[in-house]
Amino acid sequence: MSQAKERILTKLRQAQAHSVAHPDVGAYYQDMGAQWGSDLERLRHWADTMRAVNTQIVWVTEANWLAQLTQILADHEIKTLAVPNQTMASQKIQAALAVDAPKTQCVVANQALEACKTEWFNDVDAGFTEVRCGIAHTGTLLLWTSAQEPRALSLIPPLHIALFDTQTLYNDFYSAMQALAMPAGMPSNVVLVSGPSKTADIQLTLAYGAHGPKDLIVLALLPDDIDPTLLGAQP
Amino acid sequence: MKPTEAASRYFKIEAVKALDDNHLRHSLRGAMDGLMSKRRATLANEEELQRLRTVCEGIRQHALSRLPELLEQLEDKLTELGVHVHYAEDKQEACTIIHQIAQAHEAKLMVKGKSMVSEEIHLNEFLAEQGVEAVESDMGEYILQLAHEKPTHIVMPAIHKTKDQVSELFHEHLGSPLTDDVDELIRVGRSALRDVYRQADLGLSGVNFAVAETGTLCLVENEGNGRLSTTVPPVHIAITGIEKVVAQLSDVVPLYSLLTRSAIGQNITTYFNMITGPRRHQELDGPQEMHLVLLDNGRTQAYADEQMRQTLQCIRCGACMNHCPVYTRVGGAAYGTTYPGPIGEIISPHLMGLDDTHDLPTASSLCGACAEVCPVRIPIPDLLIRLRTEAQRSPNEVVPHPIRGQGAAHSVSEQMAWRLFAGVSSHAFGYRLATQMATRLRALTPKRQLGWTQNHVPLRPAAKTLHQMVKEKNNT
Repeated sequence: MSQAKERILTKLRQAQAHSVAHPDVGAYYQDMGAQWGSDLERLRHWADTMRAVNTQIVWVTEANWLAQLTQILADHEIKTLAVPNQTMASQKIQAALAVDAPKTQCVVANQALEACKTEWFNDVDAGFTEVRCGIAHTGTLLLWTSAQEPRALSLIPPLHIALFDTQTLYNDFYSAMQALAMPAGMPSNVVLVSGPSKTADIQLTLAYGAHGPKDLIVLALLPDDIDPTLLGAQP
Repeated sequence: MKPTEAASRYFKIEAVKALDDNHLRHSLRGAMDGLMSKRRATLANEEELQRLRTVCEGIRQHALSRLPELLEQLEDKLTELGVHVHYAEDKQEACTIIHQIAQAHEAKLMVKGKSMVSEEIHLNEFLAEQGVEAVESDMGEYILQLAHEKPTHIVMPAIHKTKDQVSELFHEHLGSPLTDDVDELIRVGRSALRDVYRQADLGLSGVNFAVAETGTLCLVENEGNGRLSTTVPPVHIAITGIEKVVAQLSDVVPLYSLLTRSAIGQNITTYFNMITGPRRHQELDGPQEMHLVLLDNGRTQAYADEQMRQTLQCIRCGACMNHCPVYTRVGGAAYGTTYPGPIGEIISPHLMGLDDTHDLPTASSLCGACAEVCPVRIPIPDLLIRLRTEAQRSPNEVVPHPIRGQGAAHSVSEQMAWRLFAGVSSHAFGYRLATQMATRLRALTPKRQLGWTQNHVPLRPAAKTLHQMVKEKNNT
């Protein structure tokens, strides 16, 4: 034990602090957690909250999300899209872009960042990630780092495109944490994302794109039984 | 201005200067009004607010009551994850530890996310003397670094700067054209810092919550600079005060919710970054090496005393300063400390000793606004009164948990005056005699009464004492 540690802990122990009970966080969220009348209302709240902070929501289905992605890449004139390594979605994107968007080059995140830092910072226009789950109350996406899906995908490129299965939407952060059993197995990085990077550090004026992505587009994957027009989307 | 240990000694002088700065007062007033109204809007449900405060206060008090065990649990968890954990008793030791890490990697450039603790230990200046450049990446802190200034607010460090001043700074240091377009200014800052992330040998961050259960370090931010600083450089060093530990991962949920709403009136920040160790096997990014520096620097002194321990409940939201009538008029620079405002007034005496900070606990009207908005219910006015007492106490008086600098404001004449007042006020005959004398001699009241008459009309005893008036009323 280092001397500093020993001295600090000794001083703390000498204080003989009285034990204080741990509050029941679960009971608080059971009583006060966010509730909605229906899944549709909840989904609408999530989308409205994300849109309020400059996030673009595109309602998609399993059948059309690749086409929608291709359209977004064309609209934003994306030359280089970084995708995860060997995930199902990533493989589908690579195959689709090769046919439908040959002008967009796919960069697969399959090498250590040190080897491609300059490329990531200078040449990648957009990064694609999947979303582990959504949080309705605060309009949030929860991203989960893995060997296939590095942090850089949602962080370095100026545009972040996220594929979110809306069936994994939870009421609040507490419900999401419980459902994912997060305390039992945290990955090296979990990040909650609620919009593109922003700052109000200059004269309290809000500006987007401070350091991370300037734009965030969510491809929100709807189950077949939800009609996108009910969520304010074009048919 | 280079930070000095004793800057806070001059609070009264600096406060007078700040009060003369109409521009500063105007901009602070506008900023604080905006923050207060945003906070009110996001915490409008009173029942929810009070229950959430109870939960968060309980979480912090529970964590503090088990602090030594939780620190050891945190260390064990982090060590298991491959994180190097260091303890530092004071700022010199903390700076040395960080410099040694830099030396081991032959590092010359460090990119820093927001960290008040690194300000507290004057890390940038220390590293600069050792040949390591530390670049602030939070936009506000970066602006201040270019201006050679220190943060004046713990959440919005450059709140005192106008966009014109920022434009001039960027023009002078980065060669960008002068503009009053904030989006353009942000683009300039973003562009300058992107190269720094890419080239930095080390990334440094603070910690909002450290979770003993999982070894998770949580960072709250809007900009993404914290994510970049802790992801891109090969080495990540986190630094935090020993009090930031919480027991369970689920504890961070209510704390985070109340932190962001209290601080800036946002239901959530853009990013909530939960780091659980360095890059793992087969992962492609994230730091390859990670360190956590746990700093004491006077916190164990606050911890030793049951009342003062409540200071350590703080989650650094800054709501107390946003609502403080003193901070709102003088701004953060006048305090001369890392932590300004009410929280600074109660924590700085422990970090720096009362010798250098005994004026700070007097920088309050004791209106109670700070305690009313504190998300974890720190009784700030009570602690201010206690610190005033400790500063006035005789330096020779033996007390169970003396504060460094006890008696720094001790004045024999003041003590005598209060004793006389207490003696007179607690005896019926003495009190009656004194009040009657005061009413009869009221014409002799001095026109100048120390600092009071700088901004107020002189205090003058009433023509009749309360006892006389009650007596007259009862007779009619």
